[in-house]
Amino acid sequence: MLEYLYFPHDISTFGPQVDWLFELIFWIVIVVWIAVMIAMLVFMIRYRARPGRKAQYIEGNSRLEIVWTMATAAILVALAFMSRSTWADIKEHGPPGEVFFLVNAKQFNWEFTYPGPGGKFGAKHDLTIENEMHVPVNKVVRIDLTSRDVIHSFFVPNLRLKQDVVPGHVIHVWFEATETGQYEIACAELCGFGHSGMKASLTVQSQEDFDKWLKDQYAHPPAPPAPAAPAAPPQGASPR
Amino acid sequence: MSSTAAVAAHGARAEHHAPGFWRTYVFSEDHKMIAKQFLFMALFMMSIGGLMAMLMRWELAFPETQVPGFHWVPEPFMYDGAIPPNTYNAMFTMHATIMIFFVVIPILVGCFGNFLIPLMIGAREMAFPKLNMLSFWVGAVAGVIMLSSFFVTGGPAAAGWTSYAPLSAVAIYTGVDWGQNLWCISIIVLGASSLMGSINYIATIVNMRTRGMYFFRLPLAIWSLFITAILMLLALPMLTTALALLLFDRMGGTHFFLPSGGGEPLLWQHLFWFFGQPEIYVMILPAMGIVSDIIATFSRKPIFGYRTMAYAMVAIAFLSWIEWGQHMFVSGMNPALGAAFMITTMIVAVPAAIETFVWLGTLYKGNVHYTAAMMNALAFVAMFVIGGMSGIWMASAPVDMYLHDSYFVVAHIHYVLFGGSLFGIFAGITYWYPKMFGRMMNETLGKIHFWITFVSFNCTFFPMYILGMAGHMRRIYNPQQYDFLTPIIPINEFISISSFVLGAAQFLFLANIVWSCFRGAKAIDNPWHANTLEWTTPSPPPQGNWRGTVPIVYRGPYEYSSPEVAEDFLPQSQSIEHSPAAPD
Repeated sequence: MLEYLYFPHDISTFGPQVDWLFELIFWIVIVVWIAVMIAMLVFMIRYRARPGRKAQYIEGNSRLEIVWTMATAAILVALAFMSRSTWADIKEHGPPGEVFFLVNAKQFNWEFTYPGPGGKFGAKHDLTIENEMHVPVNKVVRIDLTSRDVIHSFFVPNLRLKQDVVPGHVIHVWFEATETGQYEIACAELCGFGHSGMKASLTVQSQEDFDKWLKDQYAHPPAPPAPAAPAAPPQGASPR
Repeated sequence: MSSTAAVAAHGARAEHHAPGFWRTYVFSEDHKMIAKQFLFMALFMMSIGGLMAMLMRWELAFPETQVPGFHWVPEPFMYDGAIPPNTYNAMFTMHATIMIFFVVIPILVGCFGNFLIPLMIGAREMAFPKLNMLSFWVGAVAGVIMLSSFFVTGGPAAAGWTSYAPLSAVAIYTGVDWGQNLWCISIIVLGASSLMGSINYIATIVNMRTRGMYFFRLPLAIWSLFITAILMLLALPMLTTALALLLFDRMGGTHFFLPSGGGEPLLWQHLFWFFGQPEIYVMILPAMGIVSDIIATFSRKPIFGYRTMAYAMVAIAFLSWIEWGQHMFVSGMNPALGAAFMITTMIVAVPAAIETFVWLGTLYKGNVHYTAAMMNALAFVAMFVIGGMSGIWMASAPVDMYLHDSYFVVAHIHYVLFGGSLFGIFAGITYWYPKMFGRMMNETLGKIHFWITFVSFNCTFFPMYILGMAGHMRRIYNPQQYDFLTPIIPINEFISISSFVLGAAQFLFLANIVWSCFRGAKAIDNPWHANTLEWTTPSPPPQGNWRGTVPIVYRGPYEYSSPEVAEDFLPQSQSIEHSPAAPD
């Protein structure tokens, strides 16, 4: 159903849980909304003013009020607990990682750091690439997010994943992509004049393609990224 | 006899104290004049905030093209009419800041609070008239400071109305230097103004109610303003503290929010939202109270559960203190905290649902009169239901992980703040206009304004929910830079065209206010046949609010269609036992 609502195609393992909650709330809200609107419109039309008529003097109905309150509270508390278990699955006890990355955000680029050939992070063999992320399909990817300057937000619509990247913090997230393809990574937290367009590409590929790509990269490492000076403001848009 | 004497005495006093032009219209201590001052300041600011919104919508629908008619704007704000990213960021920052701090709160709290509290509780003035005057003028100074930031080098603040540190804390990150400083100073000054107002409101409501006006006989508008004043009194010091720390970081070399010196960026968010969550209810509670009064009046029926409504508003105010973390689910805050905030956030929908139930119940078996004020009040209910229920998605943290900082949030806040508060404001202004200005607003023009606004509002903001579902981030300058957002380009264009209609329609409202001020039909004392005390005095009320004695209250405010009397209303001040027909 969600594709009719313009949802991006889901490619993550926890995406279906998120989408299911969205749909559940959707149907509850739609049913309640239609009921409330019908009641409102019926009252508005049925009880419109007519000459010689007097409204009925009713000050309230405690029993109805209690029933309505309890019903609303029950639905909402149930929703809160259902959301709570999904939240725990995603945020508190995720699966162990199989592929590891460092992501460093800065105005207005994403730096993706891959560990050296041994799979361990150590300054010498690490491979840092700007605005391009490759991951193998069906593998749990664990990322450490850091920022060099302001708060950014790591947002991959197709993965249903969004996490603010806060300077001074190392924030862990994980995902497991289930389909190969090319997707977009965007910054979702205002981070300055280059916020719009601060994006990167995410390539999900098979393990073999990924290994091959990584090997190529190690063989021909890209130029090291520019030092972390803030990007130059667009022409004339900012004072000196 | 005693009342005749009081009239004579008052008349004599009035002659002695007939104030001059400055004391009447500028440095007035009369709560009614101060209310009008707040109203006109806010309407002026609304036109600026609205213009910002129109420019943003142009940019989002037709990115990086020239805005027609804006070639005259000097560089670096615009380049031959095209909006650069920094200007765009400044515009959404100032749009939100102006609309929240200089439009919605000044009208709901400054205008309605000042105008209604003494008149509805039966007081001749506010508790502290001089403080009241000072409150307006300090607020006006804050407005001037905020507007002056448009003229400093670097332009106005561009870090969003939430001004998240470190973006807001270091000038080089946004390229805005004094603009952001002035933003902080202006809101600190405005906070002082609001504090003076809220102290005054609380003192007045607690101490100056007329004889018989018990707390549970107060109109719901006064209940809501009372709760609002308490919220502001407690929440504003938090914002002032945060802004002072931010200013120290910017100008004094401290590192409260800067990790480079051991500071904590999330501290800003905690401080800001601890203030911000009560603030959000400050912007909607008075509208709820106003709408309750209007719906009961035009349904000619008691409100369906008066105490229920009062308690629901108290519950919302209480819950607002323990749910600020709903804004921080993806901020990097501990997920266990997020789970706790999720539950408190869900719970606040319960009192909101009770209120909706009360409004619907009031219509039931009523005799509903569709005046322009009532239509706006009913629109408030319908839009508040949509805005409120869309909050449930974002209250669910896993779903919020997808929807956070997207247009879904933008749609939600506009359904609550425009669909809610602003329709409440339209309803309130139309309803009390005769009392404020002594003339009726034009009903036909009011209804035309209502229908155009209602339709174009929904065409503008409802599709934003769909943008949010598509993943459209808020605060981005050019959505066409993203491949995954290409399917929604036509929706963005549709929204922008609707928003231009919406913006233009507001001139009808302004025109109605100005035209009716001079040409409207003269208003009688009680044109709506309402029960509350403000309708027992001439329109507009004289100085001191009542000629003769202040009315005494015998019953609650919503005795419409009471079986005790033949008419369908029974004013609070009318004594049945001592009615003129009855033998004394």
